[in-house]
Amino acid sequence: MIDEKFDAIVIGAGMAGNAAAYTMASRGLKVLQLERGEYPGSKNVQGGILYADMLEKIIPNFREEAPLERHLVEQRFWMMTDRSHTALQYRSDDFNEEKPNRYTIVRSQFDRWFSRETQAQGAIVISETTVTELVRDAYGKVIGVQTDRRGGTIFADVVVIAEGVNGLLGTRAGLRETPKAEHVALAVKEMHFLPRETIEARFNLHGDEGVVIEAAGTISRGMTGMGFVYTNKESISVGMGCLVSDFAGATETPYGLLERFKSHPSIKPLLEGSEVKEYAAHLIPEGGFKAIPELFGDGWVVAGDAAQLNNAIHREGSNLAMTSGRLAAEAIFQIKSRREPMTKQNLALYKKTLDESFVVKDLKKYKDMPALLHTQAKNYFLAYPTLLSNAMESYLRVDGTPKLEKEKATLRSFVKERSWTGLFGDAVRLARAWR
Amino acid sequence: MKILVCIKQVPDSAQIRVHPVTNTIMRQGVPTIINPYDLFALEEALRLRDKFGGEVTVLTMGPPMAADSLRKALAIGADRAVLLTDRSFAGSDTLATTYALAQAIRKIQEVFGAPDVVFAGKQTIDGDTAQVGPGVAKRLDLLQLTYVSKIDSCDPQKGEIIVERRAEGGVQVLRTRLPCLITMLEGTNEIRRGAIDDSLRAARAEIVTWSAKDAGIADLSKCGLKGSPTIVKKVFAPTPRSERATLIEPAKTAAESADGLVGAIFAKKASLESDMAKLASGS
Repeated sequence: MIDEKFDAIVIGAGMAGNAAAYTMASRGLKVLQLERGEYPGSKNVQGGILYADMLEKIIPNFREEAPLERHLVEQRFWMMTDRSHTALQYRSDDFNEEKPNRYTIVRSQFDRWFSRETQAQGAIVISETTVTELVRDAYGKVIGVQTDRRGGTIFADVVVIAEGVNGLLGTRAGLRETPKAEHVALAVKEMHFLPRETIEARFNLHGDEGVVIEAAGTISRGMTGMGFVYTNKESISVGMGCLVSDFAGATETPYGLLERFKSHPSIKPLLEGSEVKEYAAHLIPEGGFKAIPELFGDGWVVAGDAAQLNNAIHREGSNLAMTSGRLAAEAIFQIKSRREPMTKQNLALYKKTLDESFVVKDLKKYKDMPALLHTQAKNYFLAYPTLLSNAMESYLRVDGTPKLEKEKATLRSFVKERSWTGLFGDAVRLARAWR
Repeated sequence: MKILVCIKQVPDSAQIRVHPVTNTIMRQGVPTIINPYDLFALEEALRLRDKFGGEVTVLTMGPPMAADSLRKALAIGADRAVLLTDRSFAGSDTLATTYALAQAIRKIQEVFGAPDVVFAGKQTIDGDTAQVGPGVAKRLDLLQLTYVSKIDSCDPQKGEIIVERRAEGGVQVLRTRLPCLITMLEGTNEIRRGAIDDSLRAARAEIVTWSAKDAGIADLSKCGLKGSPTIVKKVFAPTPRSERATLIEPAKTAAESADGLVGAIFAKKASLESDMAKLASGS
């Protein structure tokens, strides 16, 4: 039996949990944070890119101490077939600014730093401890948690659930359903180590500049998914992910896809001579707006991946997690300052501010995208990349065929594959979902 | 009972990497853990405390970061933690380490009372010398029981302890008077999972932190690199063995499989067959 009571208990020490715990502790609230892993960050997996703006709103001077890898100056989108890629590439020296906007990070290191900062603000962090149950009073209000350690219930005014994508606790407590297979992607990644200079030469980088490659196409074998290559200081993160529902209906394995991605003629030279020292796999919530569960209730709020807050179209997740964690914390602080109870009615403030933020606005914008990509996967990930590659190849190959004939042949190939109405429909559907 | 446990923070060997060129251990970014052998010592100490009352103090020497391991020991259930940290300890070999630890234990005796038992793991997973426990015992003139596999009984009133010690060729049962120093063997117990209030207490605990001066160490020439006569001449990775394992395909019946196996062994070492034949005939 623990005699003391906390203002808030935060479950999980990922981006959302750390943001919430830091924000509340720095405002003087008595915070207990519980993490299942060996240490904060030990279980956390991300590509990963850190978006500075959202962290700045929590720790303004984070750049001075946070373990950052490279700031991004270049983005490459690759539409791939098995032998080619068609690229859209953007690089700007404007990204070489005093306070860069995006960084690559290694989560196990970054999260440990974030947690140390959180503890420095006064939050108590206990690792290797799994919350097994939410404890409720006679009226159903959450009043504390039960852990897998001896010692009974720990009480708090409010529980911030930031337990991650596969939130068993929340599901068990009936706060939400198990995420649907078509709403989560399974991603695998490897860390390939190479000397700094080699990475900089291969990717045309100077100093701490970094590049992101994001690739889609036949590499996912007709499933909804994509591959990525991120440059860190002395390593390259390479990964591949597809929807769980697609994997379930296919004979492809995640590591099989990654192996093929790595041996693609466009990727292989980038990794040449590297040593793989780490590999990881993780689920990513990709259901978007329509998959967002109930976000608050009597005595509890949910943030980050556990609330399915992830923008799959822009591959943004950690920033949505941090922002939702911060907004939850700020709402709790406001309610606390007014000396009011953590009722469902009062905690609605969290959803209100979240709805007004980019988090829900962005997810709303793409609300039809997950379903579209899921049902039209074969077209968007197999047919079009192949047609595009063939068109590019024909355009560039000089073989005495008159240009007009080439263009006609290319157009015919598109119509043959998708028909005029099909082409029109695909364009309209995509435009609608994007809007 | 007053019990002291010496622990060390070591890099997690499961996640360690060896630099391909220099053969040195790459410690950067490798998570640290409590030396796994020390956990058997800690658990044994906690069991004695639970049985006879008293307190368990954990002691470590290391950089300020080593406080993490002490906090972990507190979360498991230890009552107090002492961190011995000073730049002048850097580069200590086992001789210098035992000197500093022995001094610190004298100081602990002075401040918190004399320990009845000092525990240590049988060795660390990074140094693998198994010298520090015995070295501390020698410097403090404590009776030492190394490679202990079990504590049979303990009588703090009489000042007596009976332990089982794994020795070559068997197990020794030894009776010793207290105070003494015990180094615990691995696999002898299972480390407990601290209660939630242990975790809370550990998170808030103030760790007693002593510099060389605080611990009353006057002679710094015996500390750190200066006090360490051990010189690491060369570090190298062992060359892989050239022998290969052989796969013996299973036969139809167990007897045929056994024949195949024995045949393969005799083929490798011909003298074995005649030796065994001699044994079987009783000559």
